[in-house]
Amino acid sequence: MDIYLPIAEVSLDVFLLLGIGAGVGFLTGVFGVGGGFLLTPLLIFIGVPPAVAVASSANQLVGASLSGVLGHWRRGNVDFKMGAILLLGGLAGSGLGVWLFTWLKRLGQIELTISLCFVVLLGILGSLMAIESTRALLRQRRPGGIRRKLHQHNWLHGLPLKTRFRRSKLYISALLPIALGFAVGVLSAVLGIGGGFVLVPAMIYTLGMPTAVVPGTSLLQIIFVAANVTFLQAYTNRTVDAVLALVLLVGGVLGAQIGSRFGTRLRGEQLRFLLALLVLAIAAKLAFDLTVRPVNLYAVTTEGG
Amino acid sequence: MNLAFARRGRSRPGCAVLFCLALALTAGPALGDAVVADLSSHLIAISSGFTGASVVLFGATDGPGDIIAVVRGPEREMTVWRKGKLAGLWVNAESMTYSNVPSFYAVAASRPLDEALSPGAAALYRIGTANLKLESKLPLTGERVQRFAKALIEEQQRAGLISAEIRKIAFLGERLFRVEIFFPANVPTGDYRVEVFLAKDRDVVGGQTTPLRVEKVGIDAQVSDFASREAAAYGAIAVLTAVVAGWLASLPFRGV
Repeated sequence: MDIYLPIAEVSLDVFLLLGIGAGVGFLTGVFGVGGGFLLTPLLIFIGVPPAVAVASSANQLVGASLSGVLGHWRRGNVDFKMGAILLLGGLAGSGLGVWLFTWLKRLGQIELTISLCFVVLLGILGSLMAIESTRALLRQRRPGGIRRKLHQHNWLHGLPLKTRFRRSKLYISALLPIALGFAVGVLSAVLGIGGGFVLVPAMIYTLGMPTAVVPGTSLLQIIFVAANVTFLQAYTNRTVDAVLALVLLVGGVLGAQIGSRFGTRLRGEQLRFLLALLVLAIAAKLAFDLTVRPVNLYAVTTEGG
Repeated sequence: MNLAFARRGRSRPGCAVLFCLALALTAGPALGDAVVADLSSHLIAISSGFTGASVVLFGATDGPGDIIAVVRGPEREMTVWRKGKLAGLWVNAESMTYSNVPSFYAVAASRPLDEALSPGAAALYRIGTANLKLESKLPLTGERVQRFAKALIEEQQRAGLISAEIRKIAFLGERLFRVEIFFPANVPTGDYRVEVFLAKDRDVVGGQTTPLRVEKVGIDAQVSDFASREAAAYGAIAVLTAVVAGWLASLPFRGV
């Protein structure tokens, strides 16, 4: 059954969209990442114009991350102070990102930028995940291991504007989360991703936050950044397809429910390894498409829709 | 009836010529109602299940001759990009913008175009893809403008928005004619013109223009209309909808 998407101006199978939403939602449920990094490329593969895919993914993210945060909040795993400071940077970053997006779109390079960023980010992420999960799988055979410090001290801890984050048990410069939020905000606007897969490792390894509060806090900041991106994209580029976002959300909700049940039962390392392979496969496909001589050297864009 | 001709060709070079010709046609004694034509429908409604539509063009002539029909969508500004290899990657390297590309263009004729019309007449009335006269937005001329225009037309043909072939208009007897015009699922919205020409001895002797509107209907139309008119409000609603949906979605997880 096809559904006509009013902003994307294409008809797509509603079950395919629900399926993609469910698949990404499933991963969200299992791994606690937003899944935007899979959603945008998948939408592009099935024929949604990249600009619309990016903006509508951001719209879908608002709902997906809100439902995630509410869950973490009930368990008390959200650092609101850290979230607010990340958000300061995030809002500024997403503003710049939307401006960047508009500028690249006019230059005709937005699709290249989106693809290239995904190749680099997914490539790095996939490799790290593959290495980490392989190590974890190997470690299971050799029990024991060394106990590490909570976090390492380095030059980042010498920056001014020191602030205490009670929930995260941290005393660090507020500039760190602001800069991190800013970088993720830019990515969010240009790529339509929440940036969870960048934010989560950075919060753990750079800021040194306890793992338990990381997903909830990262999702909290993603809600607002994604809402800001959605609004700005709708206002400046008119590329938000609310119908598409809603269909994806419906699928996502179902997928997340199933995913969170599964997540508790399945072996983490093996799943992470499979996810790493999936991420690498997407990066490889995007990279391949960029280097292969296109069947069609010409492409047409229409001004003002 | 032929007055409709005066409406064609807004502020384009050659418009004055067309206008004079239209007047001449209108004034011509025997040409009054040389051809009458109408469409089975003047509205193509794009709803959520839209997979394309066809409209029947039919009419009568005052005597033997050839009928040529041209369907034109609203003109748009389009940019054609050519990919080039840069550091191993294929990127959009060159571009050319044209200001008057018909968003849809289809031709139907009762005989092959070169038999029905002289090259001069076809060029004058911009009949056939060779006579689209795409104008570069920047004041450029030369081989590059031609080459990119050709690529643009080929791309639009691939997308089904410029018809690659000329549909055959069938005559029922000597004076009644009929042809079905097909519009694909990706047909652009806007006000179309369907021009019907009567040709005798390879020259246009009469014609008529009929309007056709392509628009989105139903909830989709309201959404896209609202999104472009009230962009800020649409953005806010899109965010709110997602917030509500997200909140609803979290309810089943309560107490988990």
